[in-house]
Amino acid sequence: MKYVDEYRDAALGRGLARAIVAAVRPETRYNLMEFCGGHTHAIARHGLEDLLPGSVRLIHGPGCPVCVLPVGRLDMAIALVREHGVILCTYGDMMRVPGSGGTSLLQVKAEGGDVRMVYSTLDAVAVAQAHPDRAVVFFAIGFETTTPPTAMAVTRAEALDLRNFSVFCNHVLTPAAIQSLLDSPDVRDLDGGSVPLDGFIGPAHVSTVIGARPYAFFAEEYRKPVVITGFEPLDVLQAVLMLVRQINDGRAEVEVQYARAVTRRGNEKAQALVAGMFDLRKVFAWRGLGPVPYSALTFNTRYATWDAERRFALPDAAGRDPRGCDCGAILRGVKEPRDCRLFGTACTPEKPVGACMVSSEGACAAYWTHGRFRDARHGEDRQCADHSPTP
Amino acid sequence: MRRPFPHPLNLSRGMVEMSHGAGGRAMIQLIDEIFGAAFQDPTLARGDDQALLSLPAGRVVMTTDGYVITPRVFPGGDIGSLAVHGTVNDVAMSGAVPLYLSAGFILEEGLPLADLDAIARSMAAAARAAGVSVVTGDTKVVERGGCDGVFITTTGVGVITDDRLDIAGDRARPGDAILVSGTLGDHGVAVMSQRENLAFETPILSDSAALNGLVADMVAAVPGIRAMRDPTRGGLAATLNELAHQSGVGMAIREADVPLKPAVRGACELLGLDPLTVPNEGKLVAICPPEHADALLRAMRSHPLGQEAAVIGRVVENAEHFVQMETLLGGRRIVDWLAGEQLPRIC
Ligand code: SF4
Repeated sequence: MKYVDEYRDAALGRGLARAIVAAVRPETRYNLMEFCGGHTHAIARHGLEDLLPGSVRLIHGPGCPVCVLPVGRLDMAIALVREHGVILCTYGDMMRVPGSGGTSLLQVKAEGGDVRMVYSTLDAVAVAQAHPDRAVVFFAIGFETTTPPTAMAVTRAEALDLRNFSVFCNHVLTPAAIQSLLDSPDVRDLDGGSVPLDGFIGPAHVSTVIGARPYAFFAEEYRKPVVITGFEPLDVLQAVLMLVRQINDGRAEVEVQYARAVTRRGNEKAQALVAGMFDLRKVFAWRGLGPVPYSALTFNTRYATWDAERRFALPDAAGRDPRGCDCGAILRGVKEPRDCRLFGTACTPEKPVGACMVSSEGACAAYWTHGRFRDARHGEDRQCADHSPTP
Repeated sequence: MRRPFPHPLNLSRGMVEMSHGAGGRAMIQLIDEIFGAAFQDPTLARGDDQALLSLPAGRVVMTTDGYVITPRVFPGGDIGSLAVHGTVNDVAMSGAVPLYLSAGFILEEGLPLADLDAIARSMAAAARAAGVSVVTGDTKVVERGGCDGVFITTTGVGVITDDRLDIAGDRARPGDAILVSGTLGDHGVAVMSQRENLAFETPILSDSAALNGLVADMVAAVPGIRAMRDPTRGGLAATLNELAHQSGVGMAIREADVPLKPAVRGACELLGLDPLTVPNEGKLVAICPPEHADALLRAMRSHPLGQEAAVIGRVVENAEHFVQMETLLGGRRIVDWLAGEQLPRIC
């Protein structure tokens, strides 16, 4: 037998789903935000919403790195190629995100700009090695998980004395984003917020780096339970069960479901590597969240020469958000993809208007690619009801 | 007829030069000593600009496909064998017996002659094994940088001799069974493992193979097969979506029934790929009336290339033509076409 493991997992999963159904209280609603795009993707790809009772609502959070990068930063990357003629190395998804006026890096590449897709930061270093006569910039994006690899690339470039290499740094911080959400008028009960948030499904990989400690503040100060969990479907179901139990008990604690990889303190070596190279930015604009204080990183003075922003004296670009795109509201959990007028009409994964339709971790893309039959089914149900014979 | 050339091509150190495509003596020598020697076909050897063929009675099927894969050699095959298998399979998916191929080569100046020779031999071996002849061809050379080593286009001709066969993408009907001939995603993962910037160790070989033998057994057992297609670019997901749209139906498959090698599953996790969208080059999807599904499955499993065949779902009525999948955990999701380019130059 080849698929024994998966079958056993499937049985476990159904067991967990039954346990959740048994645990929910009829009078309680459970509004759980999964912060990470990885979770959003897993939920859609495994159809987990079908397994949950109606009172458990999963709200997609702002943890998709491609989605939260604002248009202005993308415009700056495009300027690096068009105006400074650099070779820009980027992760694949980033190439399809429309910048101001709808121009994506993919189009810039088709125009003749030298944009290259890489799978790792070290690939970008290799490009710099192969083209000593060209300026090579790595377009660094992502949360705490992707920062140490960027730091490693710089360390390596320094060791090789690759002066033609630099990094356009857009690394952002998870806890700052969660706090900004919790402080937003959308969420705060006092302001009559429209987004009820009863708990968080906490990031998996990010937490292996930063540890469980940073979330204690949210549990204590904001009384929101947090369960840190992995990206496997069983992990997510287990986390939902743990959150339901916390909410039932009136607890607000940080629990780690993903104990196989997450410790309280995280990966201190990686933290030290990052701390030695980067400073906090005073403020960084996020798509959806707007300017968030101390929410992103930039190179410190010792590493300033590796900073593409400084090397090319890039001015900050404001960027124009695509018209009609509700990505911002979706990233804050205020709207769902199908609330956007462009969803599935003007905006599809083939022709994305906003960033949330690009990455498979984006809520719009995940919902369109894997979950849109739910809307259609509602349509069919209605039809059936209309035509049902009278008894 | 062999033409006398004063010096044979230097197959160990020689390179393709612009003159090899210029229509002069150098071109004739390249064709003779590399393609003629490899294919050994009497029609080709006549040296005419066209092949004169006679076909058995029946309906004639024709298809064409270009091959630009990088790297040219990958675990389980190379661009030469792929250029034969891919086109043979496209002919075979109609239920036809593939008979003849043409081959057009675009060569980059500087390509080592040894590489070209190896590709031609690999094509010839694949054609012989599939029972088809390469009967005509063309060679062009472009300047360095004008293409990447070698691009090949093959055209295939075959004949459907059995009048009962009516196999087409628009014939799937609600209730029909959906079968696949084996594990999915092997080709794409094997090729990706060779790309220099994705150097992970994997024991996965491409499944590149000619499926005409398997198809012959299938149509003999179940002449009522409604549709067949090989899930190449875009993988199973694209093929099922195409068939659903062509036939105006929906499809419902079960994840637990889709055959996948554990190593392919693992590699896809690592790369963030959905194995259902990863290309195959030696697999097929077949759709048949439910009452014939058992017989078809038996016929497939008795062929060496169909041993891991499985029924993965059924055709359903659905106004949106969705392909839906019951996940391992019992949830549901759509299996969609791939957006953007996931794996460029994979075939
Ligand atoms: S559907 Fe497209 S336009 Fe609408 S919010 Fe999502 S990404 Fe933006």
